[in-house]
Amino acid sequence: MDLAYYPGCTLKTRARNFEQSALAALAALGVNLVEMPRWNCCGTVYSLAEDDLVHHIAPVRNLALVKQAGQGKVVTLCAFCYNTLHRANLVMRDSPEKRTAITSFMDDVPAYAGEVQVAHLLQVLRDDIGWDKITARVRKPLKDVKIAAYYGCTLLRPQSAAIDSVERPTVLQDLVRALGGTAVDFPFATECCGAFQVVNNRDIVNERAKMIIGSAVRNGAGALAVSCPLCEYNLRQAQATLGQGNSGFTGLPLVYFTQLMALAFGLDPATCGFDQNSPQTQTWLRQQGLVS
Amino acid sequence: MNSANGSFTKRALVIGGGIAGIQAALDIADGGYEVILVERSPSIGGHMVQYAEVFPTLDCPQCILTPKMVEISQHPNVRLMTYAEVQAVSGSAGNFEVRILQKARRVDHAKCNGCGTCWQKCPQKVQSEYNAGMATRTAVYVPFPQAVPAKPVIDCDNCRYIHYQRFVAEKRPGKKPMECRICEKLCPVGAIDWEEKDRIVTERVGAIVLATGFDLMPIERIPEYAADPDVVNGIQFERLLSPGGPTAGVVKRPSDGRIPKEVVFISCCGSRDPEHGVPYCSRVCCMYLAKQALLYKHAVPDGQAYVFYIDTRSTGKGYEEFMQRVVTEGVLYLRGKVSKVSRDGDRLVVSGADTLSGKQVEIAADMVVLGMAIQPANGIKALLTRLGVAADDYGFVTESHHKFQPLETSVDGVYVAGAAQGPRDIPDSVAQGSGAAGKVLVLFSQGSREAVAAK
Amino acid sequence: MRIELSSRKLRSEFVRKVVEISGQDLMLCYQCGKCSAGCPMGSAMDILPNQVLRLVQLGLEEDLAQTKTVWLCASCLTCTARCPKGVDLSRVMEAIRVLTLRKNRNYVEPSRMPPDAIADLPQIALVSGFRKLTS
Repeated sequence: MDLAYYPGCTLKTRARNFEQSALAALAALGVNLVEMPRWNCCGTVYSLAEDDLVHHIAPVRNLALVKQAGQGKVVTLCAFCYNTLHRANLVMRDSPEKRTAITSFMDDVPAYAGEVQVAHLLQVLRDDIGWDKITARVRKPLKDVKIAAYYGCTLLRPQSAAIDSVERPTVLQDLVRALGGTAVDFPFATECCGAFQVVNNRDIVNERAKMIIGSAVRNGAGALAVSCPLCEYNLRQAQATLGQGNSGFTGLPLVYFTQLMALAFGLDPATCGFDQNSPQTQTWLRQQGLVS
Repeated sequence: MNSANGSFTKRALVIGGGIAGIQAALDIADGGYEVILVERSPSIGGHMVQYAEVFPTLDCPQCILTPKMVEISQHPNVRLMTYAEVQAVSGSAGNFEVRILQKARRVDHAKCNGCGTCWQKCPQKVQSEYNAGMATRTAVYVPFPQAVPAKPVIDCDNCRYIHYQRFVAEKRPGKKPMECRICEKLCPVGAIDWEEKDRIVTERVGAIVLATGFDLMPIERIPEYAADPDVVNGIQFERLLSPGGPTAGVVKRPSDGRIPKEVVFISCCGSRDPEHGVPYCSRVCCMYLAKQALLYKHAVPDGQAYVFYIDTRSTGKGYEEFMQRVVTEGVLYLRGKVSKVSRDGDRLVVSGADTLSGKQVEIAADMVVLGMAIQPANGIKALLTRLGVAADDYGFVTESHHKFQPLETSVDGVYVAGAAQGPRDIPDSVAQGSGAAGKVLVLFSQGSREAVAAK
Repeated sequence: MRIELSSRKLRSEFVRKVVEISGQDLMLCYQCGKCSAGCPMGSAMDILPNQVLRLVQLGLEEDLAQTKTVWLCASCLTCTARCPKGVDLSRVMEAIRVLTLRKNRNYVEPSRMPPDAIADLPQIALVSGFRKLTS
């Protein structure tokens, strides 16, 4: 199965591990992510101002290119990209006036009215591939590994973009179980890490990280499965700060869900790019026998 | 004094054996006419009999209601049909034909003397509807000690012998269930009748009163409040407070039986919430949550109760005074909604806000009580459709005129009383029951009606 | 200090613009506080999210300008998801921010950020941060 794929900027730079592990894991499932040519940055955030149409151009242009390539669906890995592309897509689909205005700014792509479906990889795994097929590909079940599924915000809010139940999602836990692991539920699974506030206010992000990680630890998690590169960065840098000195804060390994897939499929750990994960994560992987 | 097709029956049908239905039936019966009171559960009493104490007087509801329940059972003009459901209605005012399904009790009430041996010995445990899931009952059961009639029915979906019978009759594969029959073996008067069948009873009536009451919106409708054994709704908490309840009035939390020391009550769960629930106010929750907080304080003097509210609606007689009493007796009122309730170890973390002080607040609660929205009784929509009675988007019966015909429905001769028409407290439900009875008595004293095609 | 209310303030250009840019009917909000109850950034804010909306409802532009809350909003949309009245508070926050940013006033000055901080931050953080907090 070939799927049009929009990587976004971060997956080519600071989160190459996310993309690499995804490509490898999906290849093992017979799924080929075909990177769309000439993609541009989605803009990171979806503009929430009614009169700001200019910032919709970046995401919409990508979708128009997908349509131009004859594809009906585009898959993303980065949760931020997913949210921005998905919501911009709805504008083009549902608002004729805005569509006209945005279109007038783009003369290098064909007319676009929201025909393409924007999907996050977790949706594809659940709906198009199916857990049974994923379990069938597992060679090294994540036995005795307790993983807390951390969603963050952008996969679930607003309702119109949600890939699962806004308050009680299960898709990431279902994936963990399909890979043979034990999924740990914890109350901060859908709580915000602070997102872009890290630019100006690390203290609040560190406070959020402490609560999220602390809650996962109290509920028995050995590691946190993440799906957003900004969440991963925020939690990683917070843990590094919080773990300094005699704070007693231990933190948790942070692993992209695609890295968990690659490991469970018995693929070479080199496909996972673990050098970009935190040192704590790398230690944990060795301790668990997930990498040698 | 006949209608076009030659008959006018001065007999009434009351659908629903809660307080509004009971009052309507008694008034019509006292007015000299025969009343059939149909109640789908095994006993009359409705939700009121589930409560611990009622506001603002803090009367015991079983104590004040049972005399009326007994009166119903003994009134010469009342024919009580419990464990029965109205299936179909045709005709028009003065001349309705009603089909009632009398469900098989499989206990012959003519022989049964209510000794209780069968339900004391029945081995099968089922979630108790009366105790709102806070306790179990048996398959042969009387729903509560003051039930009218005080004689049991057999819940055929959960009876071991009936399972056995079906297993044999349908030649099902697998292990054969036990051929129990303990109730039958022990009954001193031979009242168990496995052969009894459901039967249809057809009656002619001239007027109908709909008094089908309410149920609470399920907690799952507000998913940010945890699906957790220690997060309960108001009726469940009443059972825990009730001296006749599963914990004999000792407030024990469901998860581990410990006495909760920090209890959070949350108002407006699903009500006043057009986005995720219903837009209307459920009218009684401010009062019953205040009452429950006060009763909790009486039961657990060193406990702390918190009530999260947006407004406090206390409009009835004595209500505001009661509310002020609760506020001054140590219950902390916090103005703001709760965003989320989640389990953390052996506590529940309640993330709320107090808009008056402008603070986010967090409470590590032992139990949380949700004031869930009031909805029409479960399963009533189908009945209303069959009757041709108009209802609003939420299933509440639509009155003919908001101000001047609050008890008439879209079908002439069919009246409504109580929570079936909208969220309502006990005094107003009883008053409406009497009001609907009045309407019936007017109709009967008029004694004739042109045959009107039911709308 | 007693706040002066008037129809002029309630119907001010500021209120009109917030309504227009957010696309929200501010009077739907009945100040239940559920947004504030669930806001992840609340502990760092000087006034709570419901209070921000209240100040706009009352047309109190100057009072609002003294506060930092809108700049601490992470656009997590928890408020929007849980609001019983369907008010998209995240859009109201954005509208208030945008009214300042469009006057070419930055909340964060990129030029004054330490270079090692900028180097450490992934571009997903920098771009989103600058989109939300600078002009």
